[in-house]
Amino acid sequence: MLTLSHLGKTYADGTQALSNINLEARAGEIAALIGGSGCGKTTLLRLAAGLDHATGGTISLDGERITGPHPAVAVVFQEPRLLPWLTVADNVGFGIDHLPRNERESRIEHALARIGLAEHAGRWPRDLSGGQQQRVAIARALVTRPKLLLLDEPFSALDAFTRASLHGALLDLWEDVRPIVLMVTHDVSEAVTLADRAFVMRARPGRIHDELPITLARPRVQTSTGFEQDVRRLLEALDEARQPPQTERAAQAAGHWW
Amino acid sequence: MALPNSLPRAADTHDDTATAAGSHEPAATGVEPTPVTASPASGKGWFGEHLALALILPLGLAIGWEAAVSFGYAEGRLMPPPSRIASTFQDLALYGDLWLHVWATLWRVLVGFALGAVAGIALGAISGASGLIRNLLDPTLQALRSVPSIAWIPLFILWFGIFETSKVMLIAVGVFFPVYLGVAQGILSIDRKLVEVGRAFRLSRLAMARRILLPAILPETLTALRSGLGLGFMFVVAAEFMGASEGLGYLLVDGQQMGLTDQIVAAIIAFALLGKAADWLLVTLTSPLIRWQDTVRERL
Ligand SMILES: Nc1ncnc2c1ncn2[C@@H]1O[C@H](COP(=O)(O)OP(=O)(O)O)[C@@H](O)[C@H]1O
Ligand SMILES: [Mg+2]
Repeated sequence: MLTLSHLGKTYADGTQALSNINLEARAGEIAALIGGSGCGKTTLLRLAAGLDHATGGTISLDGERITGPHPAVAVVFQEPRLLPWLTVADNVGFGIDHLPRNERESRIEHALARIGLAEHAGRWPRDLSGGQQQRVAIARALVTRPKLLLLDEPFSALDAFTRASLHGALLDLWEDVRPIVLMVTHDVSEAVTLADRAFVMRARPGRIHDELPITLARPRVQTSTGFEQDVRRLLEALDEARQPPQTERAAQAAGHWW
Repeated sequence: MALPNSLPRAADTHDDTATAAGSHEPAATGVEPTPVTASPASGKGWFGEHLALALILPLGLAIGWEAAVSFGYAEGRLMPPPSRIASTFQDLALYGDLWLHVWATLWRVLVGFALGAVAGIALGAISGASGLIRNLLDPTLQALRSVPSIAWIPLFILWFGIFETSKVMLIAVGVFFPVYLGVAQGILSIDRKLVEVGRAFRLSRLAMARRILLPAILPETLTALRSGLGLGFMFVVAAEFMGASEGLGYLLVDGQQMGLTDQIVAAIIAFALLGKAADWLLVTLTSPLIRWQDTVRERL
């Protein structure tokens, strides 16, 4: 279980990026963080990855405090960030160097087959399309068999077809390992496609505005009525989160009236 | 748009057709269409045509000069005709000491290159890695760099004598600066995002250096070594002018004193061939290390 409690982050320049974030995600759950830009989504993910320090509150994974990069936590960034001097296979195996050779190779082989890049194993990253590179990045994160997988808008730079196929690839790989997934997105239908729960965030300071369960059976079809309903619910919650807080709204209304 | 999400399995989906189909799958060489790899056939024709054009002037001059001398329109004393240069070259190689001179020059360049490269890599690395050391070291080195290196010769002779040490040191100084600059620059321009990947995978400092930093700066380091080697060959001439009893530079000085223009030109040609061969060897030995690079390396 992933628990964020009273998590806060104020950057050195005084920007209050996150304030009092409380969030729980159970084993095997896919949680989506959704919100406009500047809500602190990336900040939250970097704290969970141990790449940055919180200025308040705690993060724990199965009871263990996360204070730095952790072996059971894997990250997929917004860009693939493959190492250009390693082949596709070696990129996938980058984080499992310590494993015995057979084990390492069989995990790589399996992951490459899962993402449909088995015949690209010996290629350089530069020879892959953007979508293929991002699949390799997802495989690289998941072959470490993490308990927590963090994804920061990993599909946002891709076109709709590529994105749909990557959703499939992600779910396939996720099936094998079943980690907790915490993924950032600003795409409502992506959240409804993948997540069991969506956390809607609002900005200045970043905090969680609402939490919506998504209980549709998988595989989810975007044209089904249930899907459309969930999309609508989520859009409404996002709209609400964009409104200024009560007091400000009252002041605005008053100003308008006056 | 209807996109049933988990139906298309990764293995049989078509994101490639969406993003990259026609463009790079058939070529199988990469996204970048480069003149060298993209169309080898037309590339070769292009290259051949340019080679032919490029050769017209030097060949024309050589043939013209040869004809002028052999028909008695010119004496060929100040500039010997190609045939005489060739036979001098041949004589030097077969009966003279050409190989001794080549070896002497090559040895000086190699030792000087090794010293300069090691020092350049070491100082470049610490100056690139630590801001404090960079601020301490860099201004002084930049100031020293602007000294025309030939100006060091008198000092080096007084310090190291007129024999091998001063020659090798001069070459090392010439090699040092481009290597130092290239390595420091390479470290400064390492992609912070890749370093973060290393951090996320919890690499130790040593593993970070070996698995991320080193490969990342390799291309710039090799380019720097290459220009260092080129400068090494320029400096060895100056070093051998300081007074040497062997070496291609000695052949030049000797040719001047004895009025042997054919020997001078033969030595110049030997310098060119040696420098080119050393450069070719360096590129050939090191290019497998950076085959992953996106850009096609500067052509020979
Ligand atoms: N390193 C940083 N230093 C100062 N402020 C930052 C830094 N990173 C992000 N911020 C600020 O924190 C807020 C949240 O940023 P971010 O987490 O990137 O949001 P999101 O990913 O939701 O777009 C923004 O106002 C941003 O300007
Ligand atoms: Mg972000």
